[in-house]
Amino acid sequence: MTVTAARALRDRMTCFVGIGLPSQAANLARATHAPNLVLIYESGTIGAKPGSLPLSIGDGILAETADAVVSVPEIFNYWLQPGRIDIGFLGAAQIDRFGNINTTMIGADYAEPKIRLPGAGGAPEIAASCREVIVIVRQTRRTFVERVDFVTSVGFGDGPGSRKRLGLTGAGPRKIITDLGVLEPDPAGCELVLTAVYPGTRPADVSERTGWDLKVSADLAEVPAPGPDELTALRALLATIPDTAEAL
Amino acid sequence: MAEIVSLADAVAEAVHDGDMVAMEGFTHLIPHAAGREVIRQGRRELTLVRMTPDVIYDQLIGAGCARKLVFSWGGNPGVGSLHRFRDAVEHSWPVPLELEEHSHAGMANRYVAGAAGLPFAVLRGYTGTGLAGRANIAEIACPFTGETLTAVAALRPDVTVIHAQRADRAGNVQYWGITGVQKEAVLAATRSVVTVEEIVDKLDPRPGAVVVPGWAVGYVALVPGGAHPSYALGYSVRDNDFYLAWDAISRDRQAFGQWLARHVHGEASR
Repeated sequence: MTVTAARALRDRMTCFVGIGLPSQAANLARATHAPNLVLIYESGTIGAKPGSLPLSIGDGILAETADAVVSVPEIFNYWLQPGRIDIGFLGAAQIDRFGNINTTMIGADYAEPKIRLPGAGGAPEIAASCREVIVIVRQTRRTFVERVDFVTSVGFGDGPGSRKRLGLTGAGPRKIITDLGVLEPDPAGCELVLTAVYPGTRPADVSERTGWDLKVSADLAEVPAPGPDELTALRALLATIPDTAEAL
Repeated sequence: MAEIVSLADAVAEAVHDGDMVAMEGFTHLIPHAAGREVIRQGRRELTLVRMTPDVIYDQLIGAGCARKLVFSWGGNPGVGSLHRFRDAVEHSWPVPLELEEHSHAGMANRYVAGAAGLPFAVLRGYTGTGLAGRANIAEIACPFTGETLTAVAALRPDVTVIHAQRADRAGNVQYWGITGVQKEAVLAATRSVVTVEEIVDKLDPRPGAVVVPGWAVGYVALVPGGAHPSYALGYSVRDNDFYLAWDAISRDRQAFGQWLARHVHGEASR
C-alpha cells in the first residue's frame, strides 16, 4: 500500500506529510517518479529531502535538507491555513463511510476511554485546508466503522454539502489507500466506495473487513503490482530505519 | 535580566507546586534535563502544557507531578503510545489526569495570543470536529465579513522551560534548526527557564537562528546534553533508540519505577 500511496502523488506537488506510512510513501514517490515533490512536515520543515527515513517529524535530517525551516505557528498559519498545500496525507485509527477520521479515543464516553489514542496533532486543519486529502490505513472491521467514536478530522461530515456548510476550504478525502485496495468518495453521495483491489483480492474480502455495507464501483480496477524499480526503491528506503520491514 | 544559575536553582526558583508549566521544543530541543529536575524536586499538582507531551511529559505524568494536561498530540513519535499518559487517563494511575485537548494549529495560536498580550487568537480550525466548543475553543464572527471563525483563548503559563544551543554571559539566548513554538511560549509566560548546551562570550550571528534577548528571559542554566533523548542541532542527534526503548520501559509500572529510581533519583541521574 506504500507503493499505491506513492503513485497517488504527482511530481512538483506540495504535500503535508505525517510520520509513518505517509512519510514512507512520500519519500518513495520522491525516489521514483516525483523527484520534485515538495515535502512539508508540521515541524516547520518545507521542502525536506531526507536521504533516510526519519523516525519523527522533527529529526535533524529534515531541517538540514529543507528549503526553509519556519516556526510552528508559521507552518500552520501561513502555509496550511490559506490553502497553499496540494495534498494532506493522514492516517486513522477509525474511519467511517463519509471519510471522517478518529485519532482521539475509542469508547462510548470521552471521559472514560477504552483506549486513549494520541489525539489530533495537525490533522483537523490538514483535513480542512489541504486541497485534497489521502488517507493510508490498514483495513479491519475495527478501523472501518459505521460511525467513528470521535470526529478528530472531518472528511465529508454527514454527507453531501457538509464541507461547504462547515466552511472547510479543501475538497476533502480523495483516496483511502488500504492493504486491500483503494476506496474513493462517490461524487454524488460522498460515501466511500471500493474502486480498486490488489491482484488476488476479491471485493468480498474487502467487504468482510468493512463495518458498513460497502458499495463496489461498477468500474472496479485492479491495482498494478509493484514494479521492480518501485520495490528496489522502497526496500532501500526501509533499510534506513529499524523495525519497518512489515511495511510492504 | 536573565540570571545565570544552576539547573537545580532555576527550577527551585521558577517552578512551584500548582503552576501552569509549559516545556516546549517541537521534537527538537526538548528540555529533558529540566523535566527530570522537576520530578527530582517533587513538584505536584502541575498543569502541564505542551503541544506534544512526548516522552518528557510521560515521565512527569508517571512520576505523579501533574494534575492536568493541555496538549494537542500525545504519542511517542514514530513509535506508538505514551503508556504513562495512557495509564493516567485510562486508570488514573498514579493520580487522575484532567485533559484539555486541542489541535496543533490551535495550541500554536494560543501561544501566539499569549505572547502578543491578547486574550485570544483567531484561526480557521476545529470546525466540525469533536473538539469544537470544548474548553477555550469558541466560534466568533468576523466583524468585517461576518464569516464564522474559531477563537482560542490565550495561553499564559506561570513558567515556560526551553532548551537552546547557546547563551552569552548576559543571558541572550540563541537557537536554530527546528525552532518550534519556543519564542511564543517564553514570551507568553510570567517566568522562564532556558537550559543551554554552552555559554559563550559572544553570540555569532547565524542564519535562521532565533535570538531571545536576555532581558526577556528569567533564568539560564548550563546543561550540556540537556535535551537528550531529544537533540540540539549541531551538538547532538536525536537518540531514536531511546524513543524505541521507552516503549517497553513506560509500558510497565514497575519498569518505569526502576527507570525513575535509577535515572532521576539515583546515581545515573547527573
